Amino acid sequence: MDIQITLNGKKITDNVDADMLLIDFVRKHGCLSVKRGCETANCGLCTVLMDDTPILSCSMLVARAAGHNITTLEGLQEEASEFVGFIADQGADQCGFCNPGFVMNTIALLRENPNPTDDEIRAFLAGNLCRCSGYEGQLRGIRAFLDSRKEN
Amino acid sequence: MEHKEYKAINKSVRKKDAMQLLLGKPVYTDDIVPDNALVVKLLRSPHANAIVASIDTKTAKLVPGVVDIYTWEDVPTERFTNAGQTFPEPSPYDRMIIDRHVRFVGDVVAIIAAENEKAALKAMKLIKVEYEKLTPVLDFRTAKDNPILVHPEDNWVPTVDVGGSNKRNLVASDSNSSGDVEGVMADCDIVLDRTYHTKAFNQAMMETFRTYTSLDRYGRLHVISSTQIVFHVRRILSHALGIPKNKIRVEKPRIGGGFGAKQSSVSEVYPAFVTMKTGRPAMIIFTREESQIAGSPRHEMQVRVRLGANKDGKIRVLDLYTLSNSGAYGEHGPTTVGLSGHKSIPMYTGSLEAYRFDYDVVYTNTMAAGAYRGYGATQGIFAVETTVNELAEKLGMDPTVIRDINMLKEGMQMPAYYNEIASACALDRCLEHCKEMFHWDEKYPVRDMGNGKVRTAGVAMAMQGSGISNVDVGSATVKLNEDGDYILIIGAADMGTGCDTILAQMVAECMDCSVDKVSVFGADTDASPYDSGSYASSTTYITGKAVEKACADLKKRMCSIASDILECSEEEIVFDNGLLRQIDTDKTVTTREIGCKAQVNNTKAAEASASHSSPVSPPPFMVGMVEIELDKLTGEVTILDYMSVVDCGIPINPALARIQAEGGIVQGIGHTLYENIQYDKKGRPIENSFMQYKLPTRLDMGNLKVEFEHSYEPTGPFGAKSIGEIVINTPAPALAHAIYRATGVWHRELPITPEQIAMSKPE
Repeated sequence: MDIQITLNGKKITDNVDADMLLIDFVRKHGCLSVKRGCETANCGLCTVLMDDTPILSCSMLVARAAGHNITTLEGLQEEASEFVGFIADQGADQCGFCNPGFVMNTIALLRENPNPTDDEIRAFLAGNLCRCSGYEGQLRGIRAFLDSRKEN
Repeated sequence: MEHKEYKAINKSVRKKDAMQLLLGKPVYTDDIVPDNALVVKLLRSPHANAIVASIDTKTAKLVPGVVDIYTWEDVPTERFTNAGQTFPEPSPYDRMIIDRHVRFVGDVVAIIAAENEKAALKAMKLIKVEYEKLTPVLDFRTAKDNPILVHPEDNWVPTVDVGGSNKRNLVASDSNSSGDVEGVMADCDIVLDRTYHTKAFNQAMMETFRTYTSLDRYGRLHVISSTQIVFHVRRILSHALGIPKNKIRVEKPRIGGGFGAKQSSVSEVYPAFVTMKTGRPAMIIFTREESQIAGSPRHEMQVRVRLGANKDGKIRVLDLYTLSNSGAYGEHGPTTVGLSGHKSIPMYTGSLEAYRFDYDVVYTNTMAAGAYRGYGATQGIFAVETTVNELAEKLGMDPTVIRDINMLKEGMQMPAYYNEIASACALDRCLEHCKEMFHWDEKYPVRDMGNGKVRTAGVAMAMQGSGISNVDVGSATVKLNEDGDYILIIGAADMGTGCDTILAQMVAECMDCSVDKVSVFGADTDASPYDSGSYASSTTYITGKAVEKACADLKKRMCSIASDILECSEEEIVFDNGLLRQIDTDKTVTTREIGCKAQVNNTKAAEASASHSSPVSPPPFMVGMVEIELDKLTGEVTILDYMSVVDCGIPINPALARIQAEGGIVQGIGHTLYENIQYDKKGRPIENSFMQYKLPTRLDMGNLKVEFEHSYEPTGPFGAKSIGEIVINTPAPALAHAIYRATGVWHRELPITPEQIAMSKPE
């Protein structure tokens, strides 16, 4: 079937199989930041934004995304760069495989709630699993970013 | 203890790859390989123990896009092991690429190579297999000398005598002791005899197993794989495929976590076999289900502890028997089990008069186990620490006080740890520090919150090693570039831990330059100096020392080149603040000048390689304390605070050491409270996805706090020991302790779920 999707601001027309998943479509179109961690919508690694709402691309048919705006980390490099350095300062990037999904969901969080409490951060990001960091360093990084923003 | 001001050591430097990873750049196996690779899929056995009576692939091969399908009839018959271990490989040669005898649900029956995934999956459904079903051995407590043999074959090869026999379902068996165990036991005021059971937990690294293979421009097999052990993979593939090692090149890109899972060659052989057969690039990516049911998880263990003590709390004798379940194949079976005793008993060296440690490792028809962070120590420490906590409760003593009386102290010789001396041990300071930070005296008492919930605390200590003594080899090559900066080339694998960065910090410290001036490359069997790989908590301690040695050699070489420039003798040159100076003069040469000189009319290489191995494996130490709130009606455990203090010697990078500790603690919380591995009565795995295998989320760990007590390990680089594995060891015993405090019940099997807590009654 023919579909049209706006991927990171660029209109793409493609002929896809009806059972193609959104994750496979965006990876095919060069958005390799999007990672598959579980196939069962449990890990959050494949998080992308659909019309600015975070969704799991492993559990959505690309056909359902037709006509919508899809944004991956490739399209949000600048917005991500504002805060990911603070995560890096904690060493909380670790293996990095969960980072893109975590960063995407953090962007969604900060757009929705620019000044979240620690508990609000934990709750919003609860679906983003990380096996390396123990989460606390990610939280410290986000907190350090928010504090630095207040200071400026 | 040595107090030294370092420039690059003991500094929280950002990981060199941090921004690439955080901005989602394509750096992993699946991101960097070409699109034209054949997709490799594996048909797996639905039966736990069966013989492939017949297999028909004719129809499946007709599916458009299918290139070929291989069965047991197509593969070499020599057996090998997937375990990534040094010569002489201690794990038995008990595997074939495809065996006609399938030994667990998930064992490989056929390899499918196709142009795309759809064709491969369609073909998988069309392969017709008839199985001759056999009764499986599923309970590891019944495996030894069971008439049903997991490996009845005659070409089972034990490479080293570790007490195994395939005719008894035994992978390994041993016993060792010191002192008069039964005599001391009989003389003790109190003897506790307890049995513990831990499961075959999965590492569940976020990136599943995956490998890409192709033939390079010389026709050699080029393997790009998510692995911790490039050199071991080269040897394993050479053995399995029957091709010389010099025809194989193995490299790793960035790795999405390993935790030991990737210390076995789980996925490499299948695409490699396809590439050798077809000449075409091939790629395998394990699904999460495959990683769950056919990975290389922790060894399930049953540990019996007999502890003898006096009424005053002195622990005089420890007697351990560990039964370890290696599953269908013996990977890491003979070695993991040893740590259950050797890395638990020595913590109580203080007043120990005798110990005994016996073990058996058995085959069963379940998923083959492998290496997982902690490597047996995790299981043994759960058993020993829980028994010590029970002793304290029985004697009415504070469990921190009973540890003070008995614990290992710096300078003591450890009979249960190959008679090594604890040359750097701050375990006593860790306990004191943690007690104060945690407010132990306030949190330990059981507090009824008046709403059906109680709060209380638990404690545990832990140790591990730093590399495998007299075995592991770490190497480093350091080269000077013409800009006066350096490149460090290693064979150790940074799997996210940050070893590329901490080893670069060591180069910077040695060469008196900033960490930014050191680039790192690794790991690649063609280019890297030999390194056993990143496992056994060895990289900082072993490879780190090799870096130090290589830098010392490079400095000498640079002095020699400087003496050519300054036309003086080599002995007159000193390395001073990143410059080379002729003593008693103000004549200096920059590293850049040497780098340039090295490339013009020069016969002296401006690079050096060094290897290191250690006769000892200095243990890091740790204390963990947890405060929980337990709902007495539902059995739900909520972790409020988890605090720990770690002695890893001098931390090379405190931020990265802290993250290691925090990550390990949460992984340990996972296997204590949430994660489980179970099989149904036919041997089919139940927790085959993250739907059932529940990893801890950021709502499950409470507040973490990690601090350090420094010791100085004289044999380590800059006083460092290890950090990677020890950190997973305290949660199980500390949580079991807190749960006992709240309920009066000792749970001796992991995981401890709300159901078990709610259904249990005090003994």
